[in-house]
Amino acid sequence: MEATTQKIELSVTVNGTRYERAIEPRMLLSDFLRHEIELTGTHVGCEHGVCGACSVLMDGEPVRSCLMFAVQTQGREIVTVEGLGTVDALSPVQQAFHEAHGLQCGFCTPGILTTVTAFLETNPNPSEEEVREAISGNLCRCTGYQHIVDAVLLAAKKKQAS
Amino acid sequence: MKPAPFAYYAPTTLDEALSLLSEHGYDAKVLAGGQSLVPMMNFRIAQPAVLVDINNISDLAYINAEEGGVRVGALTRHHQSETSPVMARHAPLIYSTMPKIAYPQVRTRGTFGGSLSHADPSAELPTLTTTLDAKFRLVSQRGERWVSASEFFIGLYTTALEPDEILVEGFVPELPPRSGWSLQEVNRRKHDFALAGVAAVLTLDESGICQDARLVFLSVGDRPMYAERASNLLKGQTLTPEAIRAATELATTEEIDPGDDIHATADFRRHLAKTLCQRAIEQAHQRAQGKQ
Repeated sequence: MEATTQKIELSVTVNGTRYERAIEPRMLLSDFLRHEIELTGTHVGCEHGVCGACSVLMDGEPVRSCLMFAVQTQGREIVTVEGLGTVDALSPVQQAFHEAHGLQCGFCTPGILTTVTAFLETNPNPSEEEVREAISGNLCRCTGYQHIVDAVLLAAKKKQAS
Repeated sequence: MKPAPFAYYAPTTLDEALSLLSEHGYDAKVLAGGQSLVPMMNFRIAQPAVLVDINNISDLAYINAEEGGVRVGALTRHHQSETSPVMARHAPLIYSTMPKIAYPQVRTRGTFGGSLSHADPSAELPTLTTTLDAKFRLVSQRGERWVSASEFFIGLYTTALEPDEILVEGFVPELPPRSGWSLQEVNRRKHDFALAGVAAVLTLDESGICQDARLVFLSVGDRPMYAERASNLLKGQTLTPEAIRAATELATTEEIDPGDDIHATADFRRHLAKTLCQRAIEQAHQRAQGKQ
């Protein structure tokens, strides 16, 4: 139980890779991901918990990375959008967003993909209403959400078929 | 970096946390889910010199059924309350309201004790616990005390907590038989903070007369607004449309204190409160009669 405004040694697993860094306690998880380990797939929008763009998975659960300090992830497992799939092998959710045109500018997309990935683990066969609830914490200013909802429903089908 | 610098402690026991609070007093803030505190720190509205992170005190997270009610640990996440069969059975008003609180990513982190200690007058849990006449156990190195919800919420973001105390758990009494409940609110967007809202609980006697009633409003005052006179007016009455209108009128003209802000005028909030109050009493009445 060390207390300091000085740097703290953090050890955290992100997308399966262990990272060790000395950081200030006030560093937000979102800034840690982007600036310290240079995973810029996690986008930062409002930085006060409204937009959802920075959502990542911590131990499988969706959290807003702008509302956590990186030091709070000591020993935890984080998954960002980079951990979902690769350009050559998209995850079922990413593939569905591609096919259903579930994005335009793409700024909100990383937060939505991580949130939806966790959601479909707990609710593999959701109704449209449940999908809308699941993404209620993610703002998209381009699509009007319809294609995002279509993409999530398509992703559910793909996952069930596979 | 957005937040101001602070010294960070992550105790693993309640004793350690209490000792830190005792040592640092007003300079320290407790960090639970962080879904209100961290945004305030990002804006630098809050600049605590010391942060006591209680997330590693895992024995503060539980929902236990007990004689006469349910005991909820401070570190219980909203997501746990939202999915808890014990909460559904023993505190259905809280259980059914959980999905209305913010968004999935916030409910993953947000905690029962954090929401209560933050005491935002537009948040649901302060109003629900006041409506259900819950009580909270406040612990410090000096000892512990139980404080009822109505005594706990003092004003805007202000509670009975002393700087060296932590709210460690709440006890929510179960409603007696022939009781009904309702929470009604209006938001600009679903899951946002309510522009106005009200919770109602009613208990009927065997002949259907209202035996007990509590109406508590949110977002129309500096704390959960318990409309005591309107609640008393319902007692001993058959809940006719006239009786419901009379209580609603009294509550929303004399027992709330809405303010103006960018989202709504005071008049509009009062108007909403009136419509919602009537609906809440009606729905609670239906439930008490076993009709819902």
